[in-house]
Amino acid sequence: MDMFYFIVQQSMVFMIPLMIVALGGMFSERSGIVNIALEGKMVMGAFVGVLFLNIFQNPENVSDQGILLLALLVAMLTGMLMALLHAFASINLKANQIISGIAINMFAPAFAIYTAVFYLDGQFVPFINQFRIASVPILGNIPVLGPMLFQRTYITTYLGFLILVISAIVLYKTKFGLRLRACGEYPQAADSVGVSVAKIRYAGVLISGALAGMGGLIWIVPISSRFGGSVAGYGFLALAVLIFGAWKPMRILFASFFFGILQTIANSFTAIPFLLNLGIPSAFYNMAPYIATLLLLAFTSKNTQAPKAVGQPYDKGMR
Amino acid sequence: MYIIEMLNITKEFPGIIANDDITLQLKKGEIHALLGENGAGKSTLMSVLFGLYTPEKGEILKNGEKIKITGPNDATRYGIGMVHQHFKLVHNFTVLENILLGVETTKFGLLSMVEARARVVELSKKYGLSVDPDALISNITVGMQQRVEILKMLYRENEILIFDEPTAVLTPQEIDELMKIMKDLIAEGKSILFITHKLDEIKRVADRCTVLRKGKLVGTVDVKTTDAEKMSEMMVGRKVNLVLDKPEVKLGGVALEVTNLTVKDKITGKNVVNNVSFKVYEREIVCIAGIDGNGQSELVYALTGLSPSTNGVIVMNGVNISDLSIRKRCLAGMGHIPEDRHKHGLVLDYNLAYNLILQSYFSPQFQKYDFLRFNEIYKNSDLLIDRYDIRSGQGGRTPARSMSGGNQQKTILARELSREPKLLVAVQPTRGLDVGAIEYIHSQLIIERAYGGVLLVSLELDEVMNVSDRILVMYEGEIVADVDPKKVTYTELGLYMSGAKRDKLKEESA
Repeated sequence: MDMFYFIVQQSMVFMIPLMIVALGGMFSERSGIVNIALEGKMVMGAFVGVLFLNIFQNPENVSDQGILLLALLVAMLTGMLMALLHAFASINLKANQIISGIAINMFAPAFAIYTAVFYLDGQFVPFINQFRIASVPILGNIPVLGPMLFQRTYITTYLGFLILVISAIVLYKTKFGLRLRACGEYPQAADSVGVSVAKIRYAGVLISGALAGMGGLIWIVPISSRFGGSVAGYGFLALAVLIFGAWKPMRILFASFFFGILQTIANSFTAIPFLLNLGIPSAFYNMAPYIATLLLLAFTSKNTQAPKAVGQPYDKGMR
Repeated sequence: MYIIEMLNITKEFPGIIANDDITLQLKKGEIHALLGENGAGKSTLMSVLFGLYTPEKGEILKNGEKIKITGPNDATRYGIGMVHQHFKLVHNFTVLENILLGVETTKFGLLSMVEARARVVELSKKYGLSVDPDALISNITVGMQQRVEILKMLYRENEILIFDEPTAVLTPQEIDELMKIMKDLIAEGKSILFITHKLDEIKRVADRCTVLRKGKLVGTVDVKTTDAEKMSEMMVGRKVNLVLDKPEVKLGGVALEVTNLTVKDKITGKNVVNNVSFKVYEREIVCIAGIDGNGQSELVYALTGLSPSTNGVIVMNGVNISDLSIRKRCLAGMGHIPEDRHKHGLVLDYNLAYNLILQSYFSPQFQKYDFLRFNEIYKNSDLLIDRYDIRSGQGGRTPARSMSGGNQQKTILARELSREPKLLVAVQPTRGLDVGAIEYIHSQLIIERAYGGVLLVSLELDEVMNVSDRILVMYEGEIVADVDPKKVTYTELGLYMSGAKRDKLKEESA
């Protein structure tokens, strides 16, 4: 049973950032802007967030959750700043959205490493990782659910689920969500009834930047004590989750959970006796999440419906 | 009393005056037609009314008071609504969501559609616009989508309703329904601006008609006292032959013989073309009539090779082409004017000259050692532009996307006819074109008849009756009638098309 709790706890660590970043991608793509820049925004969010921790973390009170929340806010703002660039290029300048995204993906790690080397004499930015909550008061004592969700956990896990619920409500139950979806499917329809396609798309891209930036920091916090300018392709994995999740919040939840479990197996199969005893070379476990991505996308992407207008700059005069 | 007046509107674009001192006055409670060929300035004038363009000169009055419109929101505020030619509907939204988009009702920040839904249902009852508010747009017919667009205007309490070429996408039955709806709307006190280039529709519903030509106002006339010939003359600027001049010819050999052709739909497994057999002779125009979606498109796809047939034999000019590739069918003498000129007819991002050699770029005339011969390509386009009267800004170098619909169609016509096909398959060749262009295309089809057979697929009954030498009616994938246009009436054709009547087709003896 302990093994089961361990796997669930570990999966959460991988799943939450994936889900948050994929939800960010969802807001951008459902407004009609392709966002392959998730990776770059994660890197920037993680870098500036960790830098913030590095500077302001108080060695006397390292398990302070407040400083983590502040760092998350900083990461969000950083992501939004990067998103602003992406939005300006793809909405105002009507640039190719893929190229604009690639530019951000190439810029982010270079900027992070350069800045780190320049100011800190090393590629890595260290921080003190003491944010783990051993057990949430009261809730941690619930049988079964307690060990699964409320022990050895991070505050970001609950933030992730909160974001999921809010995202689903915003997308399906609000005026803004309806307009956002209209802009991603058929912006001409939105425009003809007086909805500003540009404003809605700006909003979509900015939300995606905020969530991706925050997701970068959420990814690095539980698994390391230093940041070296890379999020290990998690931004692209989030993109796969977004596609596998059919651009829908609840499906994104399941997709990210699935990838989270696979990632757990890849990272910690040595701690799981059953898997270790199978005698399969470790390389296979490490490959699992990526092979699963390939296979799943190959078989499911044909039937899932991307927003129709995604990737097309909106031009009023086009025939 | 005029509800909307556009006085002395002038709108210039670089190098062209799209609207030159145009005045349009809409009376309360009338259906006012706006008639003009493509490029006459109708759309520009309506864009000015919607605030999408700011005119250089002129003003807009509502109920005698000057108003300023700077965008769709202003237009809505002044009660002006429009059914666009290409519907502005989101395909995976419900009917209700589409109607509410932009004017959503909320409670505590969340969408609340209960009251809005009741109002939509009430409106649809009141005006006889039957729609299911919870159906997805992608699941309903084009006619129903148009009703959603009308409901959108009614929901916003618009009193000035603009219909931009509303009948272009409808079947004859749906057109009848629309005309009735328009009259009902007038009876309820709405005023309608009806943009069209179809004279019979104006005759049927409009009270007055304003005619534009090349950006200028020709005049506003009373429809009851003006005959169709007069209006078409005003629109085109010269006398138009509404009746085609078609000499009698003697039939030649068999140009196309189709035997037991069947096409099975991949998804439903239904036979969309069911055991169809017919012949087209040289020097004959055979027209396939029928309501859209009765297997005409699939039949044409099978004939031209765009998609495979399940069963049956197609023989053109004595050659069995059933299993040949599209290029081989072309080389064997087939010409094709496709239904969707943007999807199958042109490469919109190529220029005019390249579009004219899409089927012959590999011939020695246009390439040597695998390199294209630019001089020859542009020489060819100059020749065809001249011969087929294609109007384009920069000659052969004009991007196809920037050309008007009529000239795009002329480009396809020029490409296909210049290859002198033995069989020309023309699918709705005049769809969305104005009277002048239609007249031209019809006359070209009749000229082409001298060289080979023509198979014409059309949804327009006038075209079916005027152009063809023989009519085959398709209903649910089968040919249910083989009739002579001189001996059949419109009513009879309608009965065949709706499946109410079918002939036992005689076995043709070769």
